[in-house]
Amino acid sequence: MIIAVNVHLKKGVLDPQGKAVHHALETLGFKDINGVRVGKQILLDIDTEDKEKAVALAKKAADELLANPVIENYEIEVK
Amino acid sequence: MKVSVIVFPGTNCDRDTKWAFEKIGAEVEFVWHNEHDLKNPDLVVLPGGFSYGDYLRSGAIARFSPIMQEVKNFANKGGYVLGICNGFQILLESHLLPGGMTRNENLHFISKFHHLKVINNENKFLQNLNVGDIVNIPIAHAEGNYKVDEETLKKMYDNGQVILKYCDKNGNESNPNGSVDSIAGICNENKNVFGLMPHPERAMESILGGIDGIKMIEGFMK
Repeated sequence: MIIAVNVHLKKGVLDPQGKAVHHALETLGFKDINGVRVGKQILLDIDTEDKEKAVALAKKAADELLANPVIENYEIEVK
Repeated sequence: MKVSVIVFPGTNCDRDTKWAFEKIGAEVEFVWHNEHDLKNPDLVVLPGGFSYGDYLRSGAIARFSPIMQEVKNFANKGGYVLGICNGFQILLESHLLPGGMTRNENLHFISKFHHLKVINNENKFLQNLNVGDIVNIPIAHAEGNYKVDEETLKKMYDNGQVILKYCDKNGNESNPNGSVDSIAGICNENKNVFGLMPHPERAMESILGGIDGIKMIEGFMK
C-alpha cells in the first residue's frame, strides 16, 4: 500500500523557495496567485493492506524522521 | 587535549578541522561514522560538509549513524561537543541543541568572510573573548537560516545560550541568511554542546584571510 507523507514548512516559517517560485510565476504572467509554498512528498511503499496499520506506521516514520517538528508540518495521504 | 573529529560520508572539513586543532596543540583523531568508540576524547567535533548529501534535511540522516549514539551519551555525561556548519545541523537534528535550520532567505549558497559578535562568553568555547568582541570568520552554507520557537528562544537568552550573532565590522546587526535575531551560534542548557554555522577552523592563518578562529577554538584548551 502506498502512503504519501506531505511535508511543508510551518505557516510562520518563511519559505524562501516558495517565494522564489512565486516571483518566477509572476514574471511569467500568473497574476492571480497570492502565494506559493514548496514542500515535499515522500511515498512509502508499506507491506500491508491494512489501511489503519499503514497510516500509523507512516505517522511514526514522519514523527521520527521524515519531518522536523521544529520547522515542518506533515499530512498523511493514502494513495 | 584530545579531540575526536567525526567523519561522515560527505563530510569535507574534517582535515581542516584536524589541522586547526593540531595547530593549537591538541592531539586529534578521526572517528568514522559507523564506529562505536569515540577514542576517549576531551572534545568531540562534528565538522562541516554535506553528510549523506544533505538528503531529506541537512544533518537528518547523520543523526542515525552508530557514532551519534556515542556522541549523545558523551554529551549527556557533560562531555564537550562542537558542531561546525553541517556539524551544527547534525546537532540540531539530533536534539542535542534546540531549533532547526531552513534554507537561506535569499536561497543562495553564501561563502564569504562575515563578522560575528560575541553575545555571551560564560562558556568554555568563548571564554577567551569578551562580550561585544567582533571576530571575522568565513561562512559557507545554504541552510543557515536558524529557526526556533519564541518560548525556547527566550529561555535561551535567559540562560546565556545565544553566544554569537552576525554583524557588520562595526558590530551592527547584519543578517546574511535570515536567521532569527541574526543568530550564528548557540549552546545547550548545560553549556557543553556548541553549534555555529561559521568556520573558525578556516580562520587560523593570516595568509588565508584571518586568525580570529584561533582565540575561539583555544577556549577548549583551557
